[in-house]
Amino acid sequence: MRTPRLLALVAATAAAVPLAACGGNDSGSDAASSDKITVDASDTECKVASSESDAGTTTFAIANKGNKVTEFYVYAPGDRVMGEVENIAPGLSRELIVELAAGTYETACKPGMIGKGIRNAFKVSGSAAPLTEDAKLAQATADYQRYVKSQTGALIDKTTEFVNAVKGGDIEKSKALFPVARTYWERIEPVAESFGDLDPKIDAREADLEAGQKWTGFHKIEKDLWVAKDVSKSGPAADQLLADVKTIVDKANTVTLSPVQLANGSKGLLDEVATGKITGEEDTFSHTDLWDFAANVEGSQAAIAALRPALEEKDPALVKTLDERFASVEAALEKHRDGDGWKLHNTLSQTDLKTLSDEINALSEPISKVAALVAGQ
Amino acid sequence: MQRRKVIGLAGAGVVGAATAGVVGGRLTGGGSGSAAAAAPDRTAFYGTRQAGIVTPAQDRLHFVAFDVITKDKAALVDMLQSWTAAAARMTAGQEAGALGAVGGLPEAPPDDTGEALGLPAAGLTLTIGFGPSLFDSRFGLRGRKPAALADLPKFPGDTIDPALSGGDICVQACANDPQVAVHAVRNLARIGMGVVSVRWSQLGFGRTSSTSTAQATPRNLFGFKDGTANLKAEEATLLDEHLWVKPGDGPDWMTGGSYLVTRKIRMLIETWDRTSLLEQETIVGRNKGEGAPLSGRGEYDEPDFTALDGKGEPLIAKVAHVRLAHPTVNGGARMLRRGYNFVDGSDGLGRLNAGLFFISYQRDPHKQFVPVQSKLARQDQLNEYIRHVSSGLFACPPGIPAADDYWGRSLFA
Repeated sequence: MRTPRLLALVAATAAAVPLAACGGNDSGSDAASSDKITVDASDTECKVASSESDAGTTTFAIANKGNKVTEFYVYAPGDRVMGEVENIAPGLSRELIVELAAGTYETACKPGMIGKGIRNAFKVSGSAAPLTEDAKLAQATADYQRYVKSQTGALIDKTTEFVNAVKGGDIEKSKALFPVARTYWERIEPVAESFGDLDPKIDAREADLEAGQKWTGFHKIEKDLWVAKDVSKSGPAADQLLADVKTIVDKANTVTLSPVQLANGSKGLLDEVATGKITGEEDTFSHTDLWDFAANVEGSQAAIAALRPALEEKDPALVKTLDERFASVEAALEKHRDGDGWKLHNTLSQTDLKTLSDEINALSEPISKVAALVAGQ
Repeated sequence: MQRRKVIGLAGAGVVGAATAGVVGGRLTGGGSGSAAAAAPDRTAFYGTRQAGIVTPAQDRLHFVAFDVITKDKAALVDMLQSWTAAAARMTAGQEAGALGAVGGLPEAPPDDTGEALGLPAAGLTLTIGFGPSLFDSRFGLRGRKPAALADLPKFPGDTIDPALSGGDICVQACANDPQVAVHAVRNLARIGMGVVSVRWSQLGFGRTSSTSTAQATPRNLFGFKDGTANLKAEEATLLDEHLWVKPGDGPDWMTGGSYLVTRKIRMLIETWDRTSLLEQETIVGRNKGEGAPLSGRGEYDEPDFTALDGKGEPLIAKVAHVRLAHPTVNGGARMLRRGYNFVDGSDGLGRLNAGLFFISYQRDPHKQFVPVQSKLARQDQLNEYIRHVSSGLFACPPGIPAADDYWGRSLFA
C-alpha cells in the first residue's frame, strides 16, 4: 500500500471548507453534524466525539475550552503526523481537515503544546490498496532472497567442512568449525523455521527433546565434542546433519518472504538472542553462544537493510533510531571479541550480560514497529 | 471501537481478559480521555502533589527502580513524557496507549500488554522519584542535586545488597489489585526500553501503615499493628511541617515534593514466632492485641515513657521500639510511612523470605529518617529479628497540575 499522502488543510472556523455533503435542510442537522467530529479540549481532557470514520476526508472541529494554548494532531503508527492544528488559543475553535486511508490512528490534544498529549485511538475503515503495489517493498523481498542465497551457499560449505572434520575424528578442528558453520545457520533462521520439522532435526537442544525422541543435529554433535570428547560414533549424526541442511537450503531458496515476514523475522532473530543466547542456553556445552548472538543480529540487520528503502519513505526517524541502536549493539558486542571470534559465554560476568540484554531490548522495541509499518500504513 | 463504561469491582474478576467485545472494566482504545472521569475507584493523577503519598494506602505495591542507560538527555526527557502520558491513562483505568491491547494493527505489537483488560482503575497511583545517582555528570544535573538527597549513611548492622538498592529513577505503583499495579510497572518498563533498565523491583501486599484517619491500622508480619502514630492525610499542618518540601529548603524544582526512603527489611520470622508474647510486647513496647502502648489501654493512647511498673521499672522499656522511634525522643521528627509486607517465597533453608518493605516520605530524610534509624540501628531489640537488605533514597517532585506538564519537567527544563 502506498503511504497515504498527507492532506492537511487547516482552516479557521469561519473559513471552513465544506468538503462533504452539507445536508441543506434535510432532516435536521444530522448530516451536517456527522460530517465534523467535534473535539472538546481542556487542560486535562481531550473528548473526541467519534473514534472512527470512513476512509477519505475527515474534519475535526476542535474547541479549546481550557486555559492553555493547545494543539491537535492525528498520528499514524510510529507517531507520523498525518495532520495537525497548532496554536489554538483558549476559547477558540479550529478545524483540521485530513485525508486518511483505512487504518489505525491516534488523535492527540496537547494542552500547553508540550509532551505526548492526551491520546485517543481513531480507526478509519474502508478499502486499502494491496501491498504488492509498492515497488520498494517488492524490491525488499528480492534483495532478501539474494541474501538468503549467499548465506545458504556458505552454510553448505561450512557444514560440509564441519561434518568432514567430525567424521575424520579431528576434535579440535571440529570444535573450531562448529560456531562458524552455525553462524550461517543463525543468520537465516527465520527462513529455516518456516519448514516445521526440519528446524528441530538440525538445531534441537537436548532440553527441547521429549521422551523417546531421537536427537540429531548440531547440538548432538556439540555434546559429543565437548562432553563425551569422542566422535567415533558421531558419523551417522554428521551425515544426517549435512543431508538435512541440504534439504532445508533447497527449500529456503524457493521461498519468498513477504515484507511483513521479513520484519517479523528481523524481530524474531533478536528474540532468539534475548531468550537463548543471553542466557547461554543455545550452546550449553561449547559456550559459543556469542557467535550465534552476533549472527542473529547480523541476520536481523540484513532483513531491515532489505526493507530500508521502503522504511526510509514511510518513517525516516525510525530508520535513524534503528541505525543508532544496531550500532550500539555492535559496539557492546565488540567488547567481547576474541580474535576472529568471540569470548565464551561462561567467561562473561552478570554485568556484561545485563548490558548486552539492555542493548537487545533497546533495539527490539523499535524493530517491533516495523511489521505494522510495512503492512498497513 | 465503542466507548465502554467502567464497571465496578464486583464484575472484574468474573469477566477476566476475554475478547474485546466483552471487556468489562478497563477502558479500551476508543474511549475518550474523559470517559474515565466516571470511574469510581480512580485516584486523580493531576494535582499540585503527586498521588500515592497521602493517598489512603492501597492494599498492593509494585515498586521498581531503574538505571538510566542512555546518555542522551533528550531521549530521557522524551521517555518521561511518554511515561507521564501512559501514567495519566493507566491511573484513570485506561490502557497504557490509546490503541490498547487489541485496538491496533494486527501486525503491530499491542501498545498495552493486556493483563489489566476488564479490571478497574483499582485506585492505582504512580509516583515518581529521582535517585542521587541521577545527579552525576551524565545529564548536567550536578548543580540541581538537593542537599537532602545526599546518600544515606551506613547504619550499624546494615547488610545492604547494592544490586537491590539505589537506582536513578523509581516508580511506586500502588493499587487495590496486584495485577493492576504489576501491569502499570510492566508497561512503563516496556516504554522505557533502551532508555532505562530495571535495576530491582519489589512486590508488596497488605499495607503496613494507614495514611488516613479513615483507615484501620494494619499489622506487619510480626503480627503487630504498625504505623499507629503515622502522619495522616487529614493532618494538614503536620504534613506541611514534616512531609512537603518548602520553598527555600533546596532547589526550587523540589518545592512541594517529598523525599522517599525505602528499606527492604527481612524479618527472621521463625525465630520471632518462638519468642514469648511477653518478650515480643516488651521489644515493641505495645501490646499485640490492641496495639496499645504498654503504658496505656487503647491504641491511640499517647505512650507515657515515664510510667513505671510496681518494681520501679519503666512500663515501656528503655530500648522498646515504640520509644526509640517516637518523635519526642527524635527532635520531633515524623515521617509518613507507607510500607508493605512482602513474601518472596522461601529461602534455601526452608525459611520464609519475608518482611517489611519500609517506605517513608519526609521533607528531609537527613533530619527525619536518618536520626530515627540511627537510634534504632544501635539500640532496637528488634534488630535481633530483622535485617536491612536494601536501601533507596529518591526525590519525588511535586505533582503535575495538567496535561501540559510531565514527570521531571521542573528538573530537566
